[in-house]
Amino acid sequence: MPVLTNIEELKKLQDKARAEKADREENKTTIILGMGTCGIAAGANDVAAEIHSELKKHKIDAEVVSVGCIGMCHNEPLIDIQQPGLPRVTYTKVKPKMVGKIIEKHLVQGEYNKRWIYGQLPTGNGKVIEGIPAYDELPFYNKQVRIALKNCGIIDPESIEDYLASGGYGGLSKVLFEMDQIDVIEELKDSGLRGRGGAGFLTGMKWEFCMRAKGYPKYIICNADEGDPGAFMDRSVLEGDPHALLEGMIIAGYAIGALEGYIYCRAEYPLAIERLKIAIEQACELGLLGDNILGSGYSFNLKIKEGAGAFVCGEETALIASIEGKRGEPRPRPPYPAVSGLWGKPTNVNNVKSFAITSQIMVHGAEWFNSIGTKKSTGTAVFALTGKIEHTGLVEVPMGITLREIVYDIGGGIPDKMKFKAVQTGGPLGGCLPEEALDTPVDFDSLTEAGATMGSGGMIVVDQETCMVEFARYFLTFASAESCGKCVPCRIGGQRLLEVLTRITNGEGKSEDLDEIELISEGMREGSLCALGQLTPGPVISSLRFFKEEYEAHVNENFCAAGVCAGMFTYEIDPVLCVGCGLCVKPCPEDAITGEKKIPHVINQAQCIQCGACYDVCNLGAVLVKRKHELDMVEPA
Amino acid sequence: MDKVNIDVGLLEPILLEFRDQKGAVIPILQRAQDLYGYLPEEAMIEIAEKSRISISQLYGIATFYAQFNLEPRGRHIISICDGTACHVRGAPKLVTAVEDKLNLVAGGSDPDYNYTLEIVYCLGSCGLAPIALVNGQVYGNTTPDSLVEKVMDLD
Amino acid sequence: MGKVKFTIDGKEIQAETGVTILQAARQEKIFIPILCDHPSLPPEGACRICLVEIEGQQALQPACTYPISEGMEVSTNTPRIRAARKFNLELLISDHPLDCMTCEAAGDCLLQDLAYEYDVTEDRYEGTKHHYSVNDPNPFIQVDRNKCILCRRCVRACSEINGVEAISVFYRGFSAYIGFGADSSMDDSPCEFCGSCVEVCPTGALWPKNSLGKGRLWQTETIQTTCPYCGVGCQINLQVKDNQIVKVDSAWEGPSNHGWTCVKGRFGYDFVHHPDRLDTPRVRKYLLDGKRKPGAKKRKPEVEGDPWQWVEVDWETALGITADKMRQIRNDYGPESMGFLTSAKCLNEENYLMNKLARQVIGTNSIDHCARL
Repeated sequence: MPVLTNIEELKKLQDKARAEKADREENKTTIILGMGTCGIAAGANDVAAEIHSELKKHKIDAEVVSVGCIGMCHNEPLIDIQQPGLPRVTYTKVKPKMVGKIIEKHLVQGEYNKRWIYGQLPTGNGKVIEGIPAYDELPFYNKQVRIALKNCGIIDPESIEDYLASGGYGGLSKVLFEMDQIDVIEELKDSGLRGRGGAGFLTGMKWEFCMRAKGYPKYIICNADEGDPGAFMDRSVLEGDPHALLEGMIIAGYAIGALEGYIYCRAEYPLAIERLKIAIEQACELGLLGDNILGSGYSFNLKIKEGAGAFVCGEETALIASIEGKRGEPRPRPPYPAVSGLWGKPTNVNNVKSFAITSQIMVHGAEWFNSIGTKKSTGTAVFALTGKIEHTGLVEVPMGITLREIVYDIGGGIPDKMKFKAVQTGGPLGGCLPEEALDTPVDFDSLTEAGATMGSGGMIVVDQETCMVEFARYFLTFASAESCGKCVPCRIGGQRLLEVLTRITNGEGKSEDLDEIELISEGMREGSLCALGQLTPGPVISSLRFFKEEYEAHVNENFCAAGVCAGMFTYEIDPVLCVGCGLCVKPCPEDAITGEKKIPHVINQAQCIQCGACYDVCNLGAVLVKRKHELDMVEPA
Repeated sequence: MDKVNIDVGLLEPILLEFRDQKGAVIPILQRAQDLYGYLPEEAMIEIAEKSRISISQLYGIATFYAQFNLEPRGRHIISICDGTACHVRGAPKLVTAVEDKLNLVAGGSDPDYNYTLEIVYCLGSCGLAPIALVNGQVYGNTTPDSLVEKVMDLD
Repeated sequence: MGKVKFTIDGKEIQAETGVTILQAARQEKIFIPILCDHPSLPPEGACRICLVEIEGQQALQPACTYPISEGMEVSTNTPRIRAARKFNLELLISDHPLDCMTCEAAGDCLLQDLAYEYDVTEDRYEGTKHHYSVNDPNPFIQVDRNKCILCRRCVRACSEINGVEAISVFYRGFSAYIGFGADSSMDDSPCEFCGSCVEVCPTGALWPKNSLGKGRLWQTETIQTTCPYCGVGCQINLQVKDNQIVKVDSAWEGPSNHGWTCVKGRFGYDFVHHPDRLDTPRVRKYLLDGKRKPGAKKRKPEVEGDPWQWVEVDWETALGITADKMRQIRNDYGPESMGFLTSAKCLNEENYLMNKLARQVIGTNSIDHCARL
């Protein structure tokens, strides 16, 4: 393709891409495969192979396209079939052996197997198929507003034409030819966009600081080091819509006056890196990246830097140190990177989603964006909804929606008739909120006030089988292992806090330990150098605040009600609930369960090792977690 | 494990590619590890000399990042994700099952260097938790039994 | 650069724009405690002891990296700050041996001073303590990682003062430690044993091996002197106890070395009190007797009366014999038969005189200097 040298050529190419897409939709059969990392993990590759062989078998002329993640992880693998002039019809949880039947029925017989169909997505012509629910009507989608995820799972991330057909690079061309640096920054400030990495600082202000900073050259960095366990928002954007990130970064470069940018992506995301490389190459070929972009006289180059496995590199000064080839250790701010960042030069660091959203703000305007969400937290929030929840996946919701709506309406509630216990937001440095807090609106300030944080978007739901003390210990294990070790409160304080929690989960806790937790947490928050150390106590403090009775049961009664902490509970079969089905007998590795068929069974406590096999297998919930000392008392001498 | 003689000459194209690039030591280490499977001392000395960084600093960097291995690893690499989502969905049980079956401790290898078991934090497929990676292949919704079965299928 | 007016603990202060709170405080002799900073090293911001309160700022800020600004109001000793400092000190002590009574650094240890000031009387945390072995085989420096507080002064001294970069932090978090080379020993690393790391270490983690057990700081007298090894004129502080040199410390105000020394200046003082050291001139007996040089095969200098025996003489005799011999050689074989080698231990003036002696008195251009070898 020839290099685009002016805005008209870009518009022409966008029109051409749109026309080709419409032509494809009207005249061709397309099969669209969800090929994000999660789709592949669920077996999308096998499904793809099966599709190709079935198409060959039936001699069907259809194009097979791979797209990124649409966010329905619980339904992977997904395939969409789009016949000429008709909407996309989505099949979920597709197994290779289902492919033959789907293709035969849908493409050969022209009928829809509604049992396997999830919903339909309209194409350009807006037509609908009667009797199949539209995505907008489905509970998982009807409360979502997709801005950052607009194209994820919809377009082919490896095709720049697909991105152009969706209006891609329109924000960039508007910025380059209709706005000056101040205009861009003012627009962004008016939009109220706050950094999606978690800190929630006004993005427009951040850009302005960097723009006004003295020093040359300046740098733009995209923080794609998504290290929170339980978070994959950024990965989905990188894998599903890489050009949106590129466009946002070029706009940022223009606004700030930077000629070079880096994308710092964690090495655990090979597919994201691959797709970014393709996108950069395509953008360079078209002259949308590189020298003299679209003939505007502005030049910008992008490089990818792979992380090497350090959570703390999500902190901007540590990330910069890592790009410089050093140990990824944070340093005190000020000076802020906007003044002295990469190689000591003014540098602007933003999260993937912040950049991806920016290009759309430039197209649709600040007012459009700040009309969504709340007054102080405008726009949308992207969450990776995981844990003990029916509809795990990626959701984008307007700020201000309540946690309850996300967990129950979008997420479909807790599976296996279990009871909701807590929702953890903000990743390992965030906090856990209890049922009483479910009506908290989701925005930067309300979540912080409630005792959690927005973070970059991990949202993990846990049920009664999760011990909150052990859960806190788990986060501490992670955070203290990821401490860089530079400052004392985090290096030694994190270790000491972990030791207290380990003591409690091992049944060696004392009631003074709860005060000790408060004391160490306060010291770490007060004294640590960076957010990692300051926020490490977050999950512990919030769970101690909302689930104090669990901590007290551990230290005072040696009891873990969730049945997690070894040696602090025992299993007992409820004689009323048990129907004597015998399902629990075989999995018991110690042959500790006895009983006649159809008569309540009994666990021999002397043999039981609390492995939980019976608990896991019982469909009736008849295996109960009980206090140990009650049994100790009746144990024969 | 005895010192293995490695061919440091293989590093030449990598060192050439990154010559004159500021701050390129991390990508050099990544490529060197791809080459040898870990970072042998001889390779570290060569990299330090050629990229003009002190050997002490190079080790300081390599030991900081979890990705770098200074010891050889097994022929088969099993990574179990213990990210939050996987943790609440039973990742610890996967770890115990594999440890018991292969008679090793997570973070290490068996004496014959056939298997290495690693705990990783989040592969970003939390929707399909718990996740395990066997020789780079991702498996979602794994159970102790299904994972052990996959591991035993390895030659 | 202009001046900035601000206050520390209510006292109005003027300082250059761009300096940190700590630098400004030091100029005014206001003490802010800190472990990781050293006036001769760039700030690190690691120990979090120098935290101060700044009016209008929610979080405590490190004085060592925070730049001053007009009208800023800084407090350095509020209850909140003291609590944060004490917490940090208690954590450090919780992973530190409690052996001050036998520690070399007692009396010369910042951690000890601060523990005293902040009333850290016990190890209040149960939990893991590191137990590193103290057996680095190098000849000069004892490395006791158990006493290391990871302030990284040594890392910066090695890279910023000596430019050798032999020391780095290895691993991370609670597992981090100071390491050398390929995670080996100090003498298996690029270390040149300049001892700058020992000098800046605020605790007893790095200590000269030849000073072990020789005396504590309060038992010694500090005598500033010029290093005898070369002509640079480095200033060093000798720690002297019972008329014996027990340790060499940096004299930071030394104009030619600003505290830096090489391995010889720092550790090479054992010659001073060495029993083999010559302090009187000696000549061979045959020279004293005015005889010809006897055959070397049968030399027995240890035997009384042997012509090779060393005989102690006064300077006049020794120099007289030397001058006579030089004159004789010049007369017999000509000036080109002689060469002169001078020493870097001499002053420039002495070297200049040697040059005069060689070229003008003897008449040869064959003169060189040990620093060229």
